[in-house]
Amino acid sequence: MSILINENTKVICQGITGSAGTFHTRGCRDYGTQMVGGVTPGKGGQEIDGIPVFNTVVDAVAATGANATMIFVPAAFTADAILEAVDAGIEVIAAITEGVPVLDMVRVYEIVRERGVALIGPNCPGLITPGECKIGIMPGYIHNKGSVGVMSRSGTLTYEAVWQTSNEGLGQSTCVGLGGDPIVGTSFIDLLKLYEADEQTESIMMIGEIGGTAEEEAAAYVAEHVTKPVAAFIAGRTAPPGKRMGHAGAIISGGKGTAVEKVNALQAAGIEVAESPADMGAAVVRAIAKKA
Amino acid sequence: MKIHEFQAKELFQKAGVTVLRHVVARSKEEAAEAYDKLGTAIAVVKAQIHAGGRGKGTIVEIPEQHGVQLVKSREEAAQVAGNLLGNTLVTIQTGAEGKVINQVLIEEGCDIARELYLGIVLDRAVQQPVLMCSTEGGVEIEKVAEETPELIHKEHFDPSYGLQSFQVRKLCQKLGIGGASVRVADRFMKALCRLYVNSDCSLVEINPLVVTTAGDIVALDAKVSFDSNSMYRQKDIAEYRDVSEEEPTEVRAAESGLSYIKLDGNIACLVNGAGLAMSTMDIIKLHGASPANFLDVGGGADKEQVTEAFRILLSDPNVKAVLVNIFGGIARCSTIAKAIVAASQEIGFEIPLVVRLEGTEVEEGRRILEESDVAIITATDLTDAATKVVAAISG
Repeated sequence: MSILINENTKVICQGITGSAGTFHTRGCRDYGTQMVGGVTPGKGGQEIDGIPVFNTVVDAVAATGANATMIFVPAAFTADAILEAVDAGIEVIAAITEGVPVLDMVRVYEIVRERGVALIGPNCPGLITPGECKIGIMPGYIHNKGSVGVMSRSGTLTYEAVWQTSNEGLGQSTCVGLGGDPIVGTSFIDLLKLYEADEQTESIMMIGEIGGTAEEEAAAYVAEHVTKPVAAFIAGRTAPPGKRMGHAGAIISGGKGTAVEKVNALQAAGIEVAESPADMGAAVVRAIAKKA
Repeated sequence: MKIHEFQAKELFQKAGVTVLRHVVARSKEEAAEAYDKLGTAIAVVKAQIHAGGRGKGTIVEIPEQHGVQLVKSREEAAQVAGNLLGNTLVTIQTGAEGKVINQVLIEEGCDIARELYLGIVLDRAVQQPVLMCSTEGGVEIEKVAEETPELIHKEHFDPSYGLQSFQVRKLCQKLGIGGASVRVADRFMKALCRLYVNSDCSLVEINPLVVTTAGDIVALDAKVSFDSNSMYRQKDIAEYRDVSEEEPTEVRAAESGLSYIKLDGNIACLVNGAGLAMSTMDIIKLHGASPANFLDVGGGADKEQVTEAFRILLSDPNVKAVLVNIFGGIARCSTIAKAIVAASQEIGFEIPLVVRLEGTEVEEGRRILEESDVAIITATDLTDAATKVVAAISG
């Protein structure tokens, strides 16, 4: 198995008629994803490369049985697009769009949680189960079907980690780019639960970055609930503290959020921490050896 | 996006949040007139820059002059304004280069009974905005948060419903606000939370928040910043932007859709994606050198953007080598490669250029670089790239 998506996942693209939407719909279909439709209000009835376009997500779901979506609509309309997908009963939503107003996401988050929908992003590369289903913008060829669950707050750094685990001969079960915004639909902990329960996933790679406390919370969860080997990397360990977000930003995290704090929390939870971004694949190998 | 204190106070007034009477002055004469207009014996002259710590900060040209000062006559108001205007203020938040003061705020004095702290920010862990208050106002609030976190009281609120009265009563109890002042606090705090939501703020901070001897609650300071992603629907607030407060190269980069932060090392980095950009800085440091910048060219980087990125990088005289690290996703390696060739023809690279390409259309990208006559040191992975670029500056 894998988590969230597999060969049976039927995917639509919201914003399919935009240039990014069209380009990446093709990319996903060429990878082997079942791209069953697209949505652009007012453009229903058209076809893009033989893929039918609908006016609403409800129409698309009724006609195609879609259960996942990737969203490429402009930032101002992203919250609405996510809620439309939730309303239509879509189970997995990958919001690729960057620049979504934070307060829009505060409101959307609450509804998504209430309805039990898996929202990935916004401002993320999407997710992929290698060899089965790619929903997003990541380069497919660097992935190999395998056993590492990769989750990350950063897009391109995820590719780096994936590439390194592929080079180590491990491959990946499902890779998820959580997104870089202050509020994203899915957290490390949500995915740790899924990876822990997934048979195909034998180890987990977590890629975090400075700011916030998501990594510290994930570390605490790993210590309590995760039996599988976990490796991690924190980006920005050498970033100067110069760019500060004002007093209140520092207060809310109660002194947490620095790279040193995060690394300490991860190590205390028994997680193998990669020293450099070139060491991520090797760190997974070390984590597996430690648990063996 | 940050704004000045006087602009924040304008927003406060519109929102029904009490501030003291004040006048903005851009010259000594205006400052003297402002003192007369206020008509109070004591007034305060405050430097207007986008950074905190002004009271303790000092003027580079006149080291004994701080950024905030009490004045007791029109002559004194003019003199202090003269000391501040056009000069550079250095505070703990400005960095050593400081910021030039273009305007001052002249504000009436008031009878302070107590100094409190109030801040509104997004709590990422709870995924909701949070109103924070403390009895420890007027001091460095980070220290309070670190040493005595129990003195910071928090109430989260749903942006759709706003702060509730019972939450204000809870906070008032902890802050020791009683009697008629509770009703004043209710109006004050709710108005601020509404402002935070309606104006798409990322931070609202008042330090100190003052309780006057008459029991009134007043925002003595005002610091507000906004979610830049929301400026398309906050046109009035977007007008408050003061570009002169921002780093010129960062403004120039932002205009081209690039995210650039200048640092003080000598290896320039051109990377796609913020996480990979930070990691590239990390690995340069791990190899014993220092990055000259953070630069994320973003996903949709085209030839023009990448050329502009090179122009910005090479305009930094400290730069001794450039490291390009691209892992193509949305960004295609072929586009980046074409841009490198074009930039080289336009600008001409006189310093070593190390390029590591991987990801979407990598074969095509490598072919373009090989067939060009640009002198490039190619690298296969991150370690290789860092090793080669560090060797290039040491050689």
